[in-house]
Amino acid sequence: MQNTGLEVLFKGTNFLRLCEGLWVTLRIAVIAMMLSIVLGFFLGMLMNLQNKGVRAVCRVYLEIVRIMPQLVLLFLVYFGAAKHLNMNLSGEKAAIIVFTFWGTAEMGDLVRSALIAIPKHQYESGYALGLNKWQVYRSVILPQTIRRLLPSAVNLLTRMIKTTSLVVLIGVVEVVKVGKQIIDASRYTNPTAALWVYGVVFLMYFAICFPFSRISAALEKRLVN
Amino acid sequence: MDVNFMQEQLPLYVEAAKLTLHMAVWGILFSILIGLICSMIRYLKIPILRQLVVCYIELSRNTPLLIQLFFLYFGLPKLGIVFSSESCAIIGLTFLGGSYMAEAFRSGLDNVSGIQIEAGLSLGMRKSQVFRKIILPQAVSNSIPVFCANVIFLIKETSVFSAVALADLMFVTKDLIGIYYKTDEALFMLVMAYLIILLPISVLCTLVERRIRYAEYGTGSAV
Repeated sequence: MQNTGLEVLFKGTNFLRLCEGLWVTLRIAVIAMMLSIVLGFFLGMLMNLQNKGVRAVCRVYLEIVRIMPQLVLLFLVYFGAAKHLNMNLSGEKAAIIVFTFWGTAEMGDLVRSALIAIPKHQYESGYALGLNKWQVYRSVILPQTIRRLLPSAVNLLTRMIKTTSLVVLIGVVEVVKVGKQIIDASRYTNPTAALWVYGVVFLMYFAICFPFSRISAALEKRLVN
Repeated sequence: MDVNFMQEQLPLYVEAAKLTLHMAVWGILFSILIGLICSMIRYLKIPILRQLVVCYIELSRNTPLLIQLFFLYFGLPKLGIVFSSESCAIIGLTFLGGSYMAEAFRSGLDNVSGIQIEAGLSLGMRKSQVFRKIILPQAVSNSIPVFCANVIFLIKETSVFSAVALADLMFVTKDLIGIYYKTDEALFMLVMAYLIILLPISVLCTLVERRIRYAEYGTGSAV
């Protein structure tokens, strides 16, 4: 059989190992996303408070996260924490902290704008019906907020998945690293392995993000109609 | 913090920042070009090319820049296509940015309401006049906010270039931490470098956006 180089992917457990590697980044993305959703709701509500000090602090937090590249934040936590807190933070933990920090800011801003978009009369009608503040939030405002939030939250999830690919640069063994190991191991038997391995990693990311971005677009459309 | 050390290493950071900016400027310029071409193809509904553009946009928007770079830099040479680090970085950034810009321009064009076009036609304007005088100005002002966000996004994305062996800010920082173990100083200068690059651009974008949205709604109306 002619050697195309493609079979390196299916030699031994190579493909399985790549999938496992991908799962490492996905796990980080999923955990960070769940934390971000919870914290983001609180942040969004804080941002809508009348208190100017709270709003200013939130604003600064948001701007810092918006301006700094995620990789810089990763470096800060990964190298900074090791030195100052005397903690040997694993790359994975550092990544979860950073992506939660980032995701919370983004999510908070989404929640804030979703809350603003809800017309005032919704609150007022709630109160007029005799609901208290908590009840208004829970049964009137939140359900509408969530409906408005869904498309952009799903979009944030795809961004999160894409951005977690950076963790290889702080030494987490994930899909790219596993790919490199496979390439190195087959350097002599299969010199074109790099093409196939990175090609497959590229397609794997696409296969995961594409459905989510379709879902996000569909939700968006439904919301507009 | 060791100020002397920071002064000594400053030239390294200046060089790295220049490199980052250089890559970013070229990448963004080409992205705008690709974005314009792609959005025009979609707007004019040119067959076949249109489907290709859609494929490209989906592929590029749903994969991380880092993986695109790895494929370009380590994968493609096996097919005999070899790029230098610099061209790899610019090609990667353009591949990513082109689709983001295309989407920005497209949504700008789409958001011009049909009424505007009909009104133009009923005034006796030709189609090309409607496009030039009515659609384009509004489309441009519509797409400015997303365009600005994209510029900042693309500059931030340049931080992964160290993966293809470019001596950018991240690369220098990692080097200094590794060699001298001056973590604080290196990280501090890294943050400052990005702040100096990105803060003015971010402020400028806010100002431009404000000004241009103003034109869109006309003076006096508070929308």
